[in-house]
Amino acid sequence: MRRAAQLLGRGAAVIWSWLRAASGDDAYERYRAHQALRHAGEPPLSRRAFYEDTQRRKWSGVSRCC
Amino acid sequence: MLKKISAAVLAIVGAIALGAVALHRHEPINALWIVTAAVCIYLLGYRLYAAWIAARVLSVDASRATPAERLNNGRDFVPTHRVIVFGHHFAAIAGPGPLVGPTLAAQFGYLPGTLWILVGAVLGGCVQDMIILLLSTRRDGRSLGQMARDELGPLGGFAALIGTLIIMIILSAVLGLVIVNVMKHSPWATSTVLATIPAALIVGLYLRRWRPGRVLEGSLLGVTLVLLALLAGGWVDHQPLLRPLFDYSAIALAGFVIAYGFCAAILPVWLLLAPRDYLSTFLKLGTVVLLAVAIVLTHPQIKMPAVTAFTDGTGPLFGGKVFPFVFITIACGAVSGFHALVASGTTPKLITNEADVRLVGYGSMALESFVAIMALIAATLLDPGVFFAINSGAGVVGASPAAAVHTISGWGYPVTVEQMQALANAMGERTLFARSGGAPSLAVGMASIFGSTFGRGLLALWYHFAIMFEAVFIMAVLDAGTRVGRFMLQDLLGHLWQPLGRTSWYPSVLLASALMVGAWGYFLYIGVIDPNGGVNILWPLFGISNQMLAGIALSVATGIIIKSGKARYALVTLVPLAWLALITTTAAWQKITSADSRIGLFAAADDLARKLASGVLPPERAAVAPQLIFNQRLDGWITMLLLTILWFVILDMARVCVRRLRGLPLRSSSEAPYQLSRLQSALAQAQP
Repeated sequence: MRRAAQLLGRGAAVIWSWLRAASGDDAYERYRAHQALRHAGEPPLSRRAFYEDTQRRKWSGVSRCC
Repeated sequence: MLKKISAAVLAIVGAIALGAVALHRHEPINALWIVTAAVCIYLLGYRLYAAWIAARVLSVDASRATPAERLNNGRDFVPTHRVIVFGHHFAAIAGPGPLVGPTLAAQFGYLPGTLWILVGAVLGGCVQDMIILLLSTRRDGRSLGQMARDELGPLGGFAALIGTLIIMIILSAVLGLVIVNVMKHSPWATSTVLATIPAALIVGLYLRRWRPGRVLEGSLLGVTLVLLALLAGGWVDHQPLLRPLFDYSAIALAGFVIAYGFCAAILPVWLLLAPRDYLSTFLKLGTVVLLAVAIVLTHPQIKMPAVTAFTDGTGPLFGGKVFPFVFITIACGAVSGFHALVASGTTPKLITNEADVRLVGYGSMALESFVAIMALIAATLLDPGVFFAINSGAGVVGASPAAAVHTISGWGYPVTVEQMQALANAMGERTLFARSGGAPSLAVGMASIFGSTFGRGLLALWYHFAIMFEAVFIMAVLDAGTRVGRFMLQDLLGHLWQPLGRTSWYPSVLLASALMVGAWGYFLYIGVIDPNGGVNILWPLFGISNQMLAGIALSVATGIIIKSGKARYALVTLVPLAWLALITTTAAWQKITSADSRIGLFAAADDLARKLASGVLPPERAAVAPQLIFNQRLDGWITMLLLTILWFVILDMARVCVRRLRGLPLRSSSEAPYQLSRLQSALAQAQP
């Protein structure tokens, strides 16, 4: 019973992480991880600045279709 | 061995289902046959043809580092799991196009559209998307226009830019027209669609100010808000005091859509565009899944004949014979040049491994094609008489309901005024006559599928849910199209006077946005005042421009394949290119030269001018005639321009290929040099 609950919990966590990755919900965490790894010296953007910048980049090119 | 057996099983089941679809006559066929044939054909195409192209033609190399790995900046360039890239790419390419085109093409019967959607996707559209995606991935995610310039020459690049700008304008106009036809004199639809704007603004503020970047929370909030707006719209519809506040004519709504487009282009993206896009993506994916489940559960009968009499070119939705016009009407869902822009933009920067292009490029397009098949099913399960009554403009079948049903029943598709009134009542609308554009009839079809799966009592709610879903979709495309068009115009204007090219200089932003909105707003306005509905002219023009863009993309692909010394495989792109060139040229030629005023644009203009001069037009039609005459001639010239651009690019590609085959010097390939991938997953896949 406990094992089943554990498995269920782990499954839910996997689905949740996929959902976050697919929607871009975890973009900021990924960015921070990348900064920490590659540009440890530089101060990272704040959550809000990162979000605004991402949207601006995304919508400067063709990213939606008919 | 197992793979071979499963492929053989797929082939046999697919052949049986397709045979049933193609040979069924004189009795209704079940939609499940079409669904089965489609799924088998996509899977076969994916398992056999796409794999062969990836291995032989493209020499996909799993050990080669992609730009996402080499240029990883944690932002645009990010190695991403292929299933997630698939989701992103599908959400980006799937718009209202595959919903509207197949609905309009249903006037020829269900068979021509179904065959073209299946064959066109598996041999054309999916191939184009996958190849452009790989070529762009090998060139650090460069755009189609840049690749055309680098590999063919400046002419190809310029042609791609102009072609893209024209398609943006026509696409925005025709989609604007589709939602105007949905909302005119429909307080429920209008209030719901209007309410999606504050909903998007609230989500925009939430995602920037209150909970920055929490996309899932924001989307959930947004979806809840628009579903509430849907219910509120139904309530408004029953309030005698509120109802008139949302009851507008088509002209007023066109003005509103134009003003909205302008605001969306100049406001910061986080406020309106980005949140609306999150909403539309969630609704889109949810509805597509819901529709697929509902079709399988209800397995409805198709009531439209396999082939109607309108293949001879006399159809009420748009003029022209089944060849070439079914291939022009259904662009998205079979082959869509627009996809080449997405496949050479955001997506290649996320590809972790070259081998992923098969799933992301070929797979996403196959899924979009399946959406087109579902739209076709939803349109053809209606009684043909009802289908034609909803989709035919007043100028074609007569302005009064009695006249319309008389004309349509005379074609052999019986329908009565009472039947249409009962249907309108069930859908919560006052009338469903002459709602051309495809969206309303699709919504009726979807509502009947959902209604018989999840409860018939909610038909009106399902109808307006489908309407809202299409409207949210379309407005997201209007926003994004206007904005991209604005950037392109600023880029062009910057060559005339440098400050105009600065994308953040406010006067330039206002000027370019106004030009862009003015351009599509003009075509939208003309479409609204056109008694034939406007869609009959604009949609074929959109189809021609979209197929022209596909022609450019396939020319670039063919040129690169031949330059890379693989001329023996060039048929993979040359065959779809030759077919597109044939149908686009034939359709454009008929649009320009046909003496039949239902097809030829100049003939229609001359015909109307004659009627105007001889005074036979009723006063309200005479008042708008000069504008319609001018517009039809303008459309004729635009068609000529599109055709010229297409042939310029094809000839430019031929020039490059001839030089290559003769061994003359050429522009060097713009491919990024090989670099071994260091990602473990890539290395594991590269091992035999």
